[in-house]
Amino acid sequence: MMKRVKGDEDACSSSSEGPTESCKKVRKLQPSKEKHQEEEEETDVDLCEFGFDWALLPQEILLNIFQFLPLLDRAYASQVCRGWNQAFHMPELWRCFEFELNQPASSYLKATHPELIKQIIKRHSNHLQYVSFKVDSSTESAEAACDILSQLVNCSLKTLGLISTARPSFMELPKSHFISALTVVFVNSKSLSSLKIDDTPVDDPSLKVLVANNSDTLRMLKMSSCPHVSPAGILCVADQCHGLRELALNYHLLSDELLLALSSEKHVHLEHLRIDVVSENPGQHFHTIRKSSWDAMLRHSPKFNLVMYFFLYEDEFGPFFREEVPITHLYFGRSVSKDVLGRVGVHCPRLVELVVCANGLRPLDEELIRIAKRCTQLSAIGLGECEVSCSAFVEFVKMCGRRLSQLSIMEEVLIPDHKYNLDEIHWEVSKHLGRVWFPDMMPTW
Amino acid sequence: SDQNFLARYWPASEMVGNTIHWFRKGLRLHDNPSLKESIRGADTLRCVYILDPWFAGSSNVGISRWRFLLQCLEDLDTSLRKLNSRLFVIRGQPTDVFPRLFQEWQTSQLSYEYDSEPFGKERDAAIQKLASEAGVEVTVKVSHTLYDLDKIIELNGGQSPLTYKRFQALISHMDAVESPAEIITAEVMRKCATPISDDHDDKFAVPSLEELGFETEGLATAVWPGGETEALTRLERHLERKAWVANFERPRMNANSLLASPTGLSPYLRFGCLSCRLFYFKLTDLYRKVKKNSSPPLSLYGQLLWREFFYTTATNNPRFDKMEGNPVCVQIPWDRNPEALAKWAEGRTGFPWIDAIMTQLRQEGWIHHLARHAVACFLTRGDLWISWEEGMKVFEELLLDADWSVNAGSWMWLSCSSFFQQFFHCYCPVGFGRRTDPNGDYIRRYLPILKAFPAKYIFDPWNAPESVQKAAKCVIGMHYPKPMVHHTEASRLNIQRMTQIYQQLSCYRGLGLLATVPANPNNGGNGVGTSPEEIQHEAVAQAGKDPLHPPRFLGCPYHSKTCIFQRVGLKDMLGHVFFFNQIELVL
Repeated sequence: MMKRVKGDEDACSSSSEGPTESCKKVRKLQPSKEKHQEEEEETDVDLCEFGFDWALLPQEILLNIFQFLPLLDRAYASQVCRGWNQAFHMPELWRCFEFELNQPASSYLKATHPELIKQIIKRHSNHLQYVSFKVDSSTESAEAACDILSQLVNCSLKTLGLISTARPSFMELPKSHFISALTVVFVNSKSLSSLKIDDTPVDDPSLKVLVANNSDTLRMLKMSSCPHVSPAGILCVADQCHGLRELALNYHLLSDELLLALSSEKHVHLEHLRIDVVSENPGQHFHTIRKSSWDAMLRHSPKFNLVMYFFLYEDEFGPFFREEVPITHLYFGRSVSKDVLGRVGVHCPRLVELVVCANGLRPLDEELIRIAKRCTQLSAIGLGECEVSCSAFVEFVKMCGRRLSQLSIMEEVLIPDHKYNLDEIHWEVSKHLGRVWFPDMMPTW
Repeated sequence: SDQNFLARYWPASEMVGNTIHWFRKGLRLHDNPSLKESIRGADTLRCVYILDPWFAGSSNVGISRWRFLLQCLEDLDTSLRKLNSRLFVIRGQPTDVFPRLFQEWQTSQLSYEYDSEPFGKERDAAIQKLASEAGVEVTVKVSHTLYDLDKIIELNGGQSPLTYKRFQALISHMDAVESPAEIITAEVMRKCATPISDDHDDKFAVPSLEELGFETEGLATAVWPGGETEALTRLERHLERKAWVANFERPRMNANSLLASPTGLSPYLRFGCLSCRLFYFKLTDLYRKVKKNSSPPLSLYGQLLWREFFYTTATNNPRFDKMEGNPVCVQIPWDRNPEALAKWAEGRTGFPWIDAIMTQLRQEGWIHHLARHAVACFLTRGDLWISWEEGMKVFEELLLDADWSVNAGSWMWLSCSSFFQQFFHCYCPVGFGRRTDPNGDYIRRYLPILKAFPAKYIFDPWNAPESVQKAAKCVIGMHYPKPMVHHTEASRLNIQRMTQIYQQLSCYRGLGLLATVPANPNNGGNGVGTSPEEIQHEAVAQAGKDPLHPPRFLGCPYHSKTCIFQRVGLKDMLGHVFFFNQIELVL
C-alpha cells in the first residue's frame, strides 16, 4: 500500500528517484544488524520527504481497505492518524458483528473482550444490523449474550443468530430471562429478516411478539430443537409472515396445517424447509403427514428444498416413507434398515443428496440400484458404516454417471467380489464419473 | 590437557577413532545405517542411551510404555554382549551428558539416527553444536522412515502434503526405498572394541521401573514384550500368516481382531525395534513370491505409508500437536470438561463398547485401529465434543505405539480437524461394537462386571429390563454407570456444529452436507456453482457491498485465524492460494 501511496504522491513530492529506489528505502524491513540504525534514519527521512498527510486518503478508499482487515488490524491502523481513527468508527464497518462469549473454564477459544463489547454497545449499537452470538457450553456465556441482547434497544437488526458452539447453553437459562432479552430485539428491531435460534427456550408467546413486529420482513427462521414451541406457535408464524422463505424446525412442530399455511396464495414460494426428526426415547411414536399436504406445498413452491435429518432408532421408521415425500436432502444419523432405504428408493423421486451413517451387515446392493433408477436428481451420496458389494456399487455409479458430484464412501463399505477388488474399483468408478475418484480412507493407525 | 590437544589436532588418519552411537528410537542392530557407518574405521564403540530418571516419573508417559522401553534396552544390551560390547545407559540430559562424555571418552565421532520431529530436530541441532565445539564428527542417517521426508516435501513444492491421496501420488514419484543396512555382527565389529569397566553395571545398567519411580506391585505381565528379538520373531510370524492367508487385502474386522495379536508390529515400529524398511522389503518379497512376480500395489504398505504420511506432515510444524497456532488444524470450539474427560479416560462412560476399549488400552497398551477410531470419535466430534488434544495426551500416556507425529495426526484426522475429512460419519458407541462383536465376548473380557448380560443387551445394558439387570447381578446406575450422554441427541448437535464450522471455512452456501467440506479434487469436488474459485469470487464481490436485502451470508472479517487453514489447505489441493479475508457469517 505504501508503494501505491508513493506513486500517487510522486507529482508533488520532491523526490526524483525511480520508484524501485524509493520503495527499497520505504520498505523497512529485514535490516541486517549493523545497518539497522542507518536504515531507520533513512526511512524517517523518506517519510519527511513525502510530506505525506495520511488523512488525505479518501474515506471511500479507506473504507474499502478497512473492510478487508480483521478488527484487530483496523484497531492498530486507527492509531496512525486522526483520519484513520475516524474511519475506524465509520458505521459501515460496524453493521456486522460476531460476539464470541467464552469462559476460560469451558472453552479453548478467546472471547470478545468485555471492553470492546462495552464500546460497541455505547458507540455502535445503532449501526449493528447483522449480529451473531457464539456461546460456549457455560451458562455464564449464555447469560452474557442475553445481557447484550437486552441492551440492543436503539438498533434495528436484520439478522440475529444465537449459536451454541458446544452444548446448548441457552437451554440452561431461566426461560423468562432468555425470553425477555430476545423480545427486546423483536420489539426494537422492526425489520428483522433472518433469525437463527436453534436449541433455545423460545416459546409461543415470544414468537407472537416476533410476528407482531416483524411479520413483513421475516424471511428466515431457524429454530430446530426449541422444545417450548408448539405446533400452534409455529403455525401462527407461518400464517402471518408471508415472506418466510426458509424454515428449520423439529418434526414434532410439522403439521398438515403448517404445510397448508406455507402454501397459501398469500405466501411467497418457500425455498428451504429443514426438518430434524429426533427420537428422545427408544420406541417413540411419530405422527404422519398427509401426501396431499406435501402435494400442496409442491404445487405452491415447485422448487423448494426439503432437508430431513433423521436421528431415530431402527424400529421408529414405521410412519416414514410410506408415500411419496418431496425430500431433496436426506440424512440418516443412526443406523437405518435395508427396508427403509428400499422405501426411500420408491418414495423420494426428488432426492438430491443421501447420507447414510450406518446400516446393518447385509449389503445395500438392490436398495442403491433402485435409488439410482428412481431418484434421477441424485447428485450426492455418502455412506458410513454400511456394506455394498463392489459390483453393485459400480453399477450404481454407472447408472448415476457424471451427475454424482459428491461421492463419499468409506473404504470399509466396499466388499470385494468376483468382479472387482479394491484396487480395481477406483478405476472403474473414476471411468464412469469422468474424474479421478477414491474411496474415503481412515488411517490404519 | 596435552592429551586433549593431541586428540583434537592429531591428523585424522592416524587418530584413534572413538565412537559413540546414541540410541533414541531405532533400538536395534539390524538396519541401523548410522551405527554401521560409525563402526567403520572406529577403534572403539560405545552405544549409549540417555534418560533422566527424575524426569521419567513425572512425564506424561505411563508405566507400560516405560516398561516396553526398558525391555528394549535390556534386549539391546543382551545383543551387544554377544558382540563383546555393552549398552551404556547414561542418567541425565543429553546437553549435559555429551560434553562430559566427549571429554572422558576422547570421542572423535558421534552417530545417531535422524529424528524428523520438530522437537527432535531442535535437540539434535543443540547436540550437533556441542559436538562440533568438541571437535567430534557427527554421522546421521535416515532409518526411522522409509524415505527422506524433506525430499517428499521438496517434490511437493516445499509444502507438506495435506491429504493422504496427495501423499500417495508423491510417493509413486519418489526413488525406490533404500535397502536396509546390513545387520551389526561380530564380523562387522571385528576391528572395533568396547571398553567396559568392571563397574559397568553400577554405572550404566538399564534401570528398573522402581528406579524410575514406578510402583510395580501387582503389575501384570506385558502383553507386548519390548525388544528387537521379539520384534524379529513377530515379523516372521506376521509374514508366515500373510503367506498362509495369501490374501493381501485389508483383513475384515471381527471380534478376534480386537485382541492383541502375536503378529502385531506397531509398538516395535514405534520404538524402532523393527526397521520399517526391513518390513517393507519383506512384504515386497513375499508379495512377489505369492503373486508370481506381479508388482505390489501401494495398499500393501498401508500401515507403513500412513505412518510416513503423518511424519511428513508434522516434520516442519512444531504446533502439529496443538489446535491453536497450528496452520493445518481447523479451529473447533471444543468444550472444556474435565469430568467428562476423566470418565472417558478411565472407562466410566456407561457405554460398554467404549469402556472396554479404554480398559484394554490401559491394561495392555494397545487397541485395534478401528477401536481407536471408536473412542476418538466418541470423545471428540461424535459425542462428548472434547478437544482431540486431550485424547491425544491420554493416548500418549497409555498407547505403546503412540508417536508424536502419528498420534497427533491421527487425532486430528479422526476429529475431522484437518486433512479434508468428511465429518458425517460418526461411529455409534452401541452399533459399531455390536456389528464388530455380536456376542459381546470382548466386552465380557474387559468389563467382567457385565459378564452375565445376554448379548442382546450387553452393548446397551441400560435398556435391559430390571429383571435382566438383576439376573446379571449388575444394576445399571449402581454397579455400572448409566450412559453419560444421550448419543442420539449428542450426534444431532455435533453434526450441526461441524456443519456450521465447515460452512464458514468453505464459504459454502448450499444445503448439501457433503459439499460443506472444502473441495477435495480426489473425491469429486463440489457441485456446480460451488467451486472454490466461484466461492472466492462471490465472497470478494460481496465484500463491501451494503446488501439491499439482507443475505443469508454476510461478510464477517474477524476471523483471520480460521483463514490460515484455507490458505494452506487450498493451496495444497488445487495449486492456488486463496486469501479469504472475508469469512462469512453463516446462519
